[in-house]
Amino acid sequence: MPKSVKNAAAFFSKYGIYVAFLLLTAILAVISPPFLTPSNIINILRQISVNGIIAVGMTLVIIAGGIDLSVGSIVALSAVVATSLAHPGEHMLVLPLLVGLLVGLGCGAINGLLIAKRKLAPFIVTLGMMTAARGMALVYTSGRPVINLSDSYAQLGGGYLGEVPLPVIIFLAIVLLGIFVLHYTRFGRYVYAVGGNELAAQVSGIDTKRITFSVYAITGALSGLAGMVLSSRVMSASPAIGQGYELDAIAAVVIGGTSLSGGVGTIAGTIAGALIIGVMNNGLDMLNVSSYWQQIVKGLIIVLAVLLDRKSKH
Amino acid sequence: MSSETKPADFVLRMENISKSFPGIVALDSVRLDVAKGEVHVLMGENGAGKSTLMKILSGIYQKDRGAIYLNGKAVEIKSTKEALRLGISMIHQELNPVKAMSVSENIFLGKEPTHGFLGVVNRKKEREMTQALFLDFGISVDPDAVMEDLSVAEMQMVEIARAVSYDSRVIIMDEPTSALADAEVSKLFEIIRRLVAAGIAVIYISHKMDEIFQIADTITVLRDGQFIESRAAKMFDQDTLVKLMVGRSVGELFPEVRSQKGPVTLEVERLTLGGVFHDVSFKARKGEVLGFAGLMGAGRSEIMETIFGLRKADAGTISVNGKAAQIRSPQDAIAHRLAFITDDRQSTGLNMKVSVKDNITLVALKTFTSFTQVLRPEQENRAVDEEIGVLQIKSRHRDQIVNTLSGGNQQKVVLAKWLLSEPEIIILDEPTRGIDIGAKAEVYKIVARLAEQGRTILFISSELQEVMGMCDRIIVIHRGSISGEFERAEFDREKIVNAAMDNGDYSARRN
Repeated sequence: MPKSVKNAAAFFSKYGIYVAFLLLTAILAVISPPFLTPSNIINILRQISVNGIIAVGMTLVIIAGGIDLSVGSIVALSAVVATSLAHPGEHMLVLPLLVGLLVGLGCGAINGLLIAKRKLAPFIVTLGMMTAARGMALVYTSGRPVINLSDSYAQLGGGYLGEVPLPVIIFLAIVLLGIFVLHYTRFGRYVYAVGGNELAAQVSGIDTKRITFSVYAITGALSGLAGMVLSSRVMSASPAIGQGYELDAIAAVVIGGTSLSGGVGTIAGTIAGALIIGVMNNGLDMLNVSSYWQQIVKGLIIVLAVLLDRKSKH
Repeated sequence: MSSETKPADFVLRMENISKSFPGIVALDSVRLDVAKGEVHVLMGENGAGKSTLMKILSGIYQKDRGAIYLNGKAVEIKSTKEALRLGISMIHQELNPVKAMSVSENIFLGKEPTHGFLGVVNRKKEREMTQALFLDFGISVDPDAVMEDLSVAEMQMVEIARAVSYDSRVIIMDEPTSALADAEVSKLFEIIRRLVAAGIAVIYISHKMDEIFQIADTITVLRDGQFIESRAAKMFDQDTLVKLMVGRSVGELFPEVRSQKGPVTLEVERLTLGGVFHDVSFKARKGEVLGFAGLMGAGRSEIMETIFGLRKADAGTISVNGKAAQIRSPQDAIAHRLAFITDDRQSTGLNMKVSVKDNITLVALKTFTSFTQVLRPEQENRAVDEEIGVLQIKSRHRDQIVNTLSGGNQQKVVLAKWLLSEPEIIILDEPTRGIDIGAKAEVYKIVARLAEQGRTILFISSELQEVMGMCDRIIVIHRGSISGEFERAEFDREKIVNAAMDNGDYSARRN
C-alpha cells in the first residue's frame, strides 16, 4: 500500500469522525441556508444539551468497561421528585435542584455498589435500575405528570447567559469538566486502566472497586442534572420522560469512536457523535423530513460509524 | 544433507520461500526439508520467521514466492482447509477448543460421523473413534469430559489427537510445552515418539534448550527471515545453536550475581490457604535471589498472590523488615515496597489497549500527580524514557500501543512499571516465559543488577536450568508444601526434580 494511502487511512481513523461531522454540516448548510445561522447553531446545541450531559457520564462508564441502561429512568425519577418540591410558594429553587441531583447520585451509587462490590454484571444491574426507577417515578406521581411549577423553576432551563441559553452553558461546563477529569487527572488514567484490563489494574494496586463505583455514581448524578435541565425547560415532569435516552447516549459514545469493550475513547469523540446526531435531526427537521425517517437515518449513522471504525482498525 | 537428494526423499520440502508484509520482509528465500517420521525442530528468535513459515505451511498465509513439495509433488496451499486435506495440521501455542463441548465432540468438529440420511450425529461412533485414537497414542483422557474441565496438558493431547484424526502426515507444534509441567512434557514426548514411529513428521518450534536436545532429530535455525543452518541434532551443541540464532555470542547466558546478602527483608511464617498450600515458611534477604521450583500447579503462584494481597490466607504471618505486615490488598503490598510481576503478562500484567507510557507509569502514578490531582506529563515522559533506556525496551515511541511489541519487550514494560515504584522486594513469576533467547539473556542481566542493588528477588520458574543458573537458594514446592531447600553449593538437578515430584529421600533440608 503506498505510504500516502496509509497515512490517509491513519489520519481518517483518528479524525474521521470530525471530518464526517464537518462534511455533514457543509452539505446541510448548502441544502438549507438557514442551517448555519448563529441562532440555529445555538438551537442545535440546546437540543443536544440534555442528552449531551448524560453522554459525558456514559463515556466514563463505557471506557471503564461497563454500561448503564438506567440513565433515562434516573432522569425521570429525579425530575418528578425535584418538581414535586417546586410548586409556587414552596421551597426555593435551590432545594428542588439539590434534591434532584441527590436522587440521581443515589441511584447511580446503588448501581455502583452492586456492580463494584457485589460483582454483578453491569447490563443486568442497570437494567434492573432502569425498570425499578421508572416504577418508582410512576408510583411517586401515581402516573400523572407534575405540573404547576413556580416560575423561578424555569430559570435553569429557560435562562440565558448573554445570548447563550443556560442549558448549553451547563452542557459545555460538564464537557470541559469531563475532559479535564478523564485526560488530566490520575482518576481518569485509572478509569482507562480498569476498562483496559481490570485484573492487571488490580494487581498494579488500583482500587478498581472505587473507580467502578465512582463512574456509575457520577453518571447517576449527571442523569439527575439532565433531568433538572429538561424539566425546567418544559416546566413539567412526566414519569414517562427519558425513555430511550440510554440508547441515545450509547449511540453518541459509539459513533464518537469509543469501543464498547472499554479501555479506549474520548469525551471529544462522544460530543462529536452527539453533534452528528443533533445536526442530522436539526437538518432533517429543516427539510421537513418526518421524525420517523429521522430515526431510520440515525440508525444508519450508528451502523456506518461502527463500520468505519472497524475498517480503520485493520 | 547432500544437494543431490531429490524432493521425493522428503515428506516436505519448502524451497526459496519469500514473504513480505508492508514495510517488512518476513522471509527471504527460506528453505526447509523435513524427512518422513522425524522430529524437526525449528529454532530462532522472535521475528526470525518461524511462525510466518509455519503459517504459510498450514495455509494461514500465502507465500509470495517459492515452492512447496509434499512427497515429491508440488502443491499450492491456499487455505487451512486445503492444508488439512493435504495432511498438514498445526497445533497453535494458544489453544482454542470449544470449551463447552466434550473431548470427542471437539475432535470430530466439522467431520462428525452420522447416522442415516438425516445426518444425526452418531455419538457412540464418535466416542469409539476417539477411544481408538487415544489408545494408539497412549492418551488417557475421558472422551466424554468437557474441554473446560481439562488441564492445559490434557487439552493439548486432545489437539494432537485431532490432528491425527485428519490423517495428517505433518504436524506442526508451536511452543507446545510453554504451559506444561515436567511430567507432562515427558508424556508429550512419548506421544511424539509414537507419532513419529507411525511415520508422521513433527515440526516442533521451541525456545527451550533442554527439551530440544531431548526430542530433536534435525534442527533448522532461522534468523531475521533467513535460513541459517540445518543439521542433525547431534551435530549441534547449545553454544553453537545460540550463536547461530542470535548472530553473536551472548556470553554466559546466566550472569554471575555478585551481590552482598544483607539482613532478612521478608519473612513468611506458616502461611496457609486451605486446599492450596500449607505451612509455608521461609526467609529472604537483601540482595538475594531466592528461587521457587516445582511442578506447575504446585501452588507457587498462589503463595505469591497471597503474599501480595491478592488472596487472603487462612493462617500464617508475613513480616517485612522485621515488622509484622498486614497485607490485605495489592495496595498494602506496594506500600510495603513489594512488586509482583505475574506469570501472564497479557492477562494480568499489561493493559494491551494503551501505550507503553501509560503502562509504565501505572503503579507509580501518584508520584507524577500534583496536589490538585492533575498529572504532570513532562515528568511522566522523562521517567518513562529513562526506564526505556535502562531496560533497553525496543519500541518506536513511548506512545506505541503495547500489543504491537514483541513478548520480550512487553515483559520489559511490565518490569519497568514495577521498577518505577522503587520496590525492595520483587516477585518474578515465570519472568522469561514465551520470550526468546536474546530477550531472556537481557532479563537475566536485569535481575542480576537488581539483586546487586540490594533488592530481594523471589524467582519462580519451571525451567530448571534457569532457576539453577540465577538463584542463590532454591525452595522446592510440592502440592502446596515446601519439599526441599537447597543452597547454591548443593544444587543438584536430580535432587531438585525429585523434590518437586516428592520422590522420597533427597532433600538437603526440610522446613
